Amino acid sequence: MLTRLLSGDTPRSLPLTLILLAILVSLALAPFLFPGTRSVDTAARICVFIVLVASYDLMLGYAGIVSFAHTMFFGMGAYGVALASIHMGRGFDALIVGTLAGGIAAAALALVIGLFSLRVRAIFFAMITLAVASAVAVLVSQLSGLTGGEDGLNYKIPRALTSAQKYMDEKLFGVRVNGKLLNYYLVFACSTLLFLLLLRIVNSPFGRVLQSIRENDFRAEAIGYRVVYYRTAATCLSAVAAALAGSLYAIWLRYVGPDTTLSFEIMVDILLMVVIGGMGTMYGAVIGATLFIVAQNYLQTLMGAAAEGLEGVPVLPLLLNPDRWLLWLGVLFVLSVYFFPTGVVGRLRGRG
Amino acid sequence: MSAPDHLPTMAQASPWQRLEPHVPLLLIPVLALLGFLLIPSTSSWLTLTVSGLAMGMMIFIMASGMTLVFGLMDVINFGHGAFISVGAFVGVTVLLGLSGLTGAPSLWLNLLAVILAITAAALATGLLGLAFEKVIVQPVYGYHLKQILVTMGGLIIVEQLILVIWGPDEIFLTRPEALKGAVTFAGAAIEKYRLVAVGFGLLLFLVMRWMLRSTRIGLIVRAGVENGEMVEALGYRLRLVFIGVFVAGSALAGLGGVMWGLYQEVITAHMGANLMVMIFIVVIIGGLGSVEGCFIGALLVGLMQNYVAFLEPKLALISNIGLMVAILMWRPQGMMPVVKAK
Repeated sequence: MLTRLLSGDTPRSLPLTLILLAILVSLALAPFLFPGTRSVDTAARICVFIVLVASYDLMLGYAGIVSFAHTMFFGMGAYGVALASIHMGRGFDALIVGTLAGGIAAAALALVIGLFSLRVRAIFFAMITLAVASAVAVLVSQLSGLTGGEDGLNYKIPRALTSAQKYMDEKLFGVRVNGKLLNYYLVFACSTLLFLLLLRIVNSPFGRVLQSIRENDFRAEAIGYRVVYYRTAATCLSAVAAALAGSLYAIWLRYVGPDTTLSFEIMVDILLMVVIGGMGTMYGAVIGATLFIVAQNYLQTLMGAAAEGLEGVPVLPLLLNPDRWLLWLGVLFVLSVYFFPTGVVGRLRGRG
Repeated sequence: MSAPDHLPTMAQASPWQRLEPHVPLLLIPVLALLGFLLIPSTSSWLTLTVSGLAMGMMIFIMASGMTLVFGLMDVINFGHGAFISVGAFVGVTVLLGLSGLTGAPSLWLNLLAVILAITAAALATGLLGLAFEKVIVQPVYGYHLKQILVTMGGLIIVEQLILVIWGPDEIFLTRPEALKGAVTFAGAAIEKYRLVAVGFGLLLFLVMRWMLRSTRIGLIVRAGVENGEMVEALGYRLRLVFIGVFVAGSALAGLGGVMWGLYQEVITAHMGANLMVMIFIVVIIGGLGSVEGCFIGALLVGLMQNYVAFLEPKLALISNIGLMVAILMWRPQGMMPVVKAK
């Protein structure tokens, strides 16, 4: 039953299984284990990013396509929910319409970009997605009448999902049972579902074809698979999953803006998460996203402490400045591409 | 074997057949003419055309190295933008240090300062390019996916190092005295610096073209782009040529960075990464590996950007994507593809 749920793709390593279980349990019980707004926020962010990174891995790790437009699709889902909530008024119908619209728009755009650039050469895709994504980001910040520009949009979600709605008078294990808790579990459940769905996709015959294209596209074509169609389909599926993750994020945050959904920094974060976790395995997304977001929240504090400790040494404090944490992640990223191309998961499975 | 009965036909090539190889070049005057028809006043058209050409020339300088590197070794360098930023920062530091020369009202002293700054920037980015090639690019030859990831990582690292060395704030600068202001020509105000940029870019293009067409090293480079294995079989160490091209391309990017910094009068660590978008568009529409295509593409993008920014500001960046889509529909490999599908 469990194997079936995981589509036959079990972690295949004891330490990996334990880590994944620990992550699952921590996320499932996050509001109870780590009470406090900030840690629950972090947990929700991890849930959303697991789906986002897993959907990116479908493209990068399984189909071997590099895209820089993943945040664009993520943003489409998020802005879909935001715009629907503003124009249709607060309610679940707005959330559903926004999610669907965002997903469909992302699929359509992915189809157009894919058919255009994957037809010629896979390498065009990386450059064209970079160009299109930055154009969209600029457009979103300029069309402030529609999208709120740089300031982004604030909107209302159904009262049933906010902390104003109480479901029980007394606390449950010291936690208020309110709409916010329900909202967290909505995010958690949808993320789990989407993740299992992605796991299903990559372990289907379709996923096998993608892997064969990644390994040798010429041969896959020779066997009789239309490489372009498969690559485009993978791009579209991945875009839809990213848009759905964006909708979840928008429902959780009740705010969208270019910095939270569209910026190039997030794209870089996703790349780092995929590579550090391990390309070509969905579990890599779980580990990468968790590790990265926890590090993002707590590494900077650590670096600040280290910089203060090294006051007086010439260059080091500058290098350890908390604002420079991306420098170290960049180094880590390059090293992991060289030495651990299969990431943490590959190491744990012992196939480094 | 008897000769075939029919005589060979000696039909003259139709005008279209003779015209076709030159179509990409003709697109530039066509675009300029289109701009002339759409923009109401002649003087603003002239201003926009000059600034579009200036912008195109600078983008060409930055993009040419990248397209050659790709053509020669099939290496796609997403970190190219890092050289632009580093070049700009080094060059501007030198310019700020030479305030005695830049502040003087003499054109020659000013140009001397600019040339010194450009040389320093090109040297610094050339060395950085050498290191980048050795450390970052070399271990991943032949793997596009890893190249994209690793050079992206390199870009992040270099950007962060710039922030460490020069601090997180953007640097504002003023152009040297003699390059400030504008000249009036046929009622149109044209900034002097743009004219200098156009002249300088054209000069560089001609030198590069001469190098590639008429020197031995250029011959090897062109042959290497066409068929690397054959060149190696003839006994040339293409690897060394490639390093040379990579270093030269990085130096050009740095040089372009200084010019872009002087054009915008402000530099940031992210400027290179931001310019990469435009550079990719240029490299793609020009045809990967083609210097001429890159030149034409850069001028088209520069003109398009300026005309559209004047007519409909919000569409400026989208217009370049539209241009790219149109050209790819017409020629899926770019205007002048050199690299045969690898």
